[in-house]
Amino acid sequence: MSDPTVPPQPPDEGMPPTNVTDPMPAMAEAFAFEREDEIERAVGEGFAASGGDVSGHATGGLWRTAGRELLRKKSAVVGLVMLTVLVFLAVFAPVIAPYDPNEVLFSEGVAPRDAPCIHLLGCPDDQPQHILGIDGNGRDYFSRLVYGARVSLLAAFVAVTFAMVWGTIVGLIAGFFGGAADNVLMRLMDVLLSFPSLLLAIAIVSVLGPGLINAILAISVVTIPQYARIVRSSVLSIREQEFVAADRALGVGTWRLLWHRIFPNALTPLVVIATLGIATAVLEIASLSFLGLGVQPPTPEWGSMLAAERNQVFTAPHLVFFAGLMIMWNVLSFNLLGDGLRDALDPRLGR
Amino acid sequence: MTQATANGGPVLEIRGLKTHFFTRDGVVKAVDGVDLTVEAGEIVGLVGESGCGKSVTSMSVLRLVQDPGRIVDGSIRFQGTDLLGLSDKEIRNIRGDRISMIFQQPISSLNPVYTAGFQIAEVYRVHRNMKKGPARDKALEVLREVGIPDPERRIDAYPHELSGGMAQRIMIAMALAAGPELLIADEPTTALDVTIQAQIIDLMRDVREDLGTAIILITHDLGIVAEIADRVAVMYAGEIVEEADVETLFTDPKHPYTRGLIGSIPVAGARREWLDVIPGRVPNLIDLPPGCRFAPRCRARLENDLTICTEREPALLDVGENHTARCWLYSEGRR
Amino acid sequence: MLIGILALVFALARLIPGDPCRAALGERATDEICEAYNERYGLNEPIYVQFGIYLNDIAHGDLGESFRFGVPVTELLVERLPTTIELSITALLIAVVVGVPLGIISGYRHNSKTDVATMIGANIGVAMPVFWLGLMLQYVFAVLLRDTPLALPPSGKLDAGLIPTPFYEVWGWPMNGFTEFLAKFTVMNALVTFQWEILSSAMLHLILPAVALATIPMAIIARMTRSSLLDVLGLDYVRTARAKGLAERTVVVRHALRNAMLPVVTVVGLSFGALLGGAILTETIFNLAGVGKTLFDAITSRDYTVVQGFTLVVAVGFVVVNLVVDMLYTYLDPRVRVS
Repeated sequence: MSDPTVPPQPPDEGMPPTNVTDPMPAMAEAFAFEREDEIERAVGEGFAASGGDVSGHATGGLWRTAGRELLRKKSAVVGLVMLTVLVFLAVFAPVIAPYDPNEVLFSEGVAPRDAPCIHLLGCPDDQPQHILGIDGNGRDYFSRLVYGARVSLLAAFVAVTFAMVWGTIVGLIAGFFGGAADNVLMRLMDVLLSFPSLLLAIAIVSVLGPGLINAILAISVVTIPQYARIVRSSVLSIREQEFVAADRALGVGTWRLLWHRIFPNALTPLVVIATLGIATAVLEIASLSFLGLGVQPPTPEWGSMLAAERNQVFTAPHLVFFAGLMIMWNVLSFNLLGDGLRDALDPRLGR
Repeated sequence: MTQATANGGPVLEIRGLKTHFFTRDGVVKAVDGVDLTVEAGEIVGLVGESGCGKSVTSMSVLRLVQDPGRIVDGSIRFQGTDLLGLSDKEIRNIRGDRISMIFQQPISSLNPVYTAGFQIAEVYRVHRNMKKGPARDKALEVLREVGIPDPERRIDAYPHELSGGMAQRIMIAMALAAGPELLIADEPTTALDVTIQAQIIDLMRDVREDLGTAIILITHDLGIVAEIADRVAVMYAGEIVEEADVETLFTDPKHPYTRGLIGSIPVAGARREWLDVIPGRVPNLIDLPPGCRFAPRCRARLENDLTICTEREPALLDVGENHTARCWLYSEGRR
Repeated sequence: MLIGILALVFALARLIPGDPCRAALGERATDEICEAYNERYGLNEPIYVQFGIYLNDIAHGDLGESFRFGVPVTELLVERLPTTIELSITALLIAVVVGVPLGIISGYRHNSKTDVATMIGANIGVAMPVFWLGLMLQYVFAVLLRDTPLALPPSGKLDAGLIPTPFYEVWGWPMNGFTEFLAKFTVMNALVTFQWEILSSAMLHLILPAVALATIPMAIIARMTRSSLLDVLGLDYVRTARAKGLAERTVVVRHALRNAMLPVVTVVGLSFGALLGGAILTETIFNLAGVGKTLFDAITSRDYTVVQGFTLVVAVGFVVVNLVVDMLYTYLDPRVRVS
């Protein structure tokens, strides 16, 4: 193309590099895997590795930048701190809680719904300290509240993970194969979406029977369509892009393509939706438990604790107030974190 | 339609304009001391790479720079009045009436939920206090003037029903509706097909001929400038680096940057081994290098072994009749 | 789509474990009685036949008979649906009337004190459990403020002893299913027949549950309005409008807001679903005999037909609302008009 005696322009200096999704590294890498016969291992370790290599170095940088962005957002930091407190409560519940959450303390001379007794605030020293008082069954309310963090966090996390896994599978299949599979699956998702989510969850729990596991299952099923839709639309937008076309031209297998090229790209929106989804799940588990369909007594769970004392709201409002406050705390922390993540990960929003 | 300029002086006179953006990462000096004069009925081309501050300059004229941007210094005289000293209401009365603007993306510059006619008629409603009916009649008239085929139908069209070229004509019609003395066209053809580009250029030329409207044409396309402009100002990193009438600039460019720009135009028929490309990129407008802003990319500096370039910033120097350049090559000591 | 909803509703209702006969008749249920009972309600047929019968019945507007109350489901609906509709509409109205202006102010005065305060409030608003908010409102307005003018009734639809006269009696209209249905809209009925005492009592009873129910959609709407307005204010055509010399007010109201409201309309439609879900909780707490409470009771007592009928109505209502939203969207946005 050019005379070798003429000093050539350095190829990448003339114009600022604008093209981010350069197909070359992707191709080279695909080769590298084939040659070294490391596919199995790579898939196994897929998560960490594939999160970064979609567009060369850019994605790895994206997550790091996102982390920095996140810490710059005041609300996200607040969310993170709130969540840390909650996780701390959950993990160290046995240390923090002064009593066993299910221990009935009538033998220690308390009466049902005794008012809070805090020594620092002038409660006589000869009375046992119960900083949030006693519940209707003679148990230390504060201890139950602390243990409640375990149930709430765990249940919401499991529900979202389950929904995310199934939603991802459905979305990948629907988006990648299209046609009849897409049609049937997305129709099914539409049907699920045409019910108010809490109503559908109630209906499902009533089929499965009340209980924590079933409530988790119900909430997961109800939210699967959200994840499926997001993954599907990511797949559709990525499927036609150059690096995927390049992979296909190289004969990379369909499942490998799904897992290595398409899934990592859908991961960003998934993480955001999942974080916000945990907040919703917390609320719905509490709602189901409040209606007596979720966690069953005596397990300390905020929704069911609230339900147990709801008729006493006029006489012992604190027993209702603090359980609700904890639910709100939990939901709020994930919402703030999710919003922050979205802002940090969404390159469209820029600064 | 236009009133002749009262005192025969320039329509627009920008002096020492500085528009800075106060971002989280620092102060971006997007426009940093720009002088520009536009005479009545003149077409001035303002050229430069993307990000050099040409659009910000034009937005500054109508005081449309949004947060975090602010005009920090300078004056902009429009027929003698300093636009920067006007109240919000007074500048609003000038916008769209005596100075108007068209933009790069014609379709997205039109509001998707209103018809073309409604958006043109708005100009008459706000600046001429017309009622809806008569304003619409005037809109139809101006649509005809800009040569839109089938104006009776287009007037009721929504932006998404228009092609890019058609939308840009609508934008021009809107800009010309009130018969402004000055039209600022910010990359008016960049988003359009080549054939449509030519039509839009012709239309702007007609506007100048027929209405005597002065035009500031902002573009990075030197071909268009060569075709239509009377005078050209070249911008680099927030400053004007060279200014001359169009002939002089293309035949005898002085500033190494201008030379680079002209050298990078492919010429039909002339087989060259490679295109001259200016190495490097536009400097970061937050941490500007000391000295000449173009120095890091300047081959002439190396060839002439100038050290002053990286130490002190050159001023705009007269390098010919009505021809200025901001370069040490032409300073007293060097001549 | 509709078939899908019907099938899911039917399947869910039939999958509820337990024997409806024993649930309905309790102690009295012997094998013979149950046999007759199942015969009567078609519960002995194979499941697909039951589904066929069900579809046929629905086509004829027959939703079956409640196992528990022994009355047609449609009759229950006539009685209970108006309460829920009245509650939901009031809540949605509050949410929109408060949420949209707050969102606009926040979006326009981006990063101002109002904006920050509104967004903190909105974040807290979406995080609040409806049932907790309801209980707290009851406590504050019925206990703390008991003897002040701000006191509000914590439960029920009307003060005890008040019995509204249906409008068809006042106007001498015939009494039928439809007029009866209309008359159950307590507020409307009282309004058109000038029963002021009933009207004020009904409205006072409506405030707390409606506010509890409105909080989450209100917060969502305010956030959506804000972010949508922020997006739109940065767009090219807003710049054009300013360059045209329009007053800032006109730029915001005529050019930005009209476009910014498009996604908000969708969100309003979607929050209707959340509203119906919330109605279950709100009605339980405020002791309102509406669709939500009935549905919940029916599920716990395995009243199949009621579950089916009510779930169906709610789901269809949700779909219809979203259809209306789509139509409204078409009207507001010329871009989707063609297709």
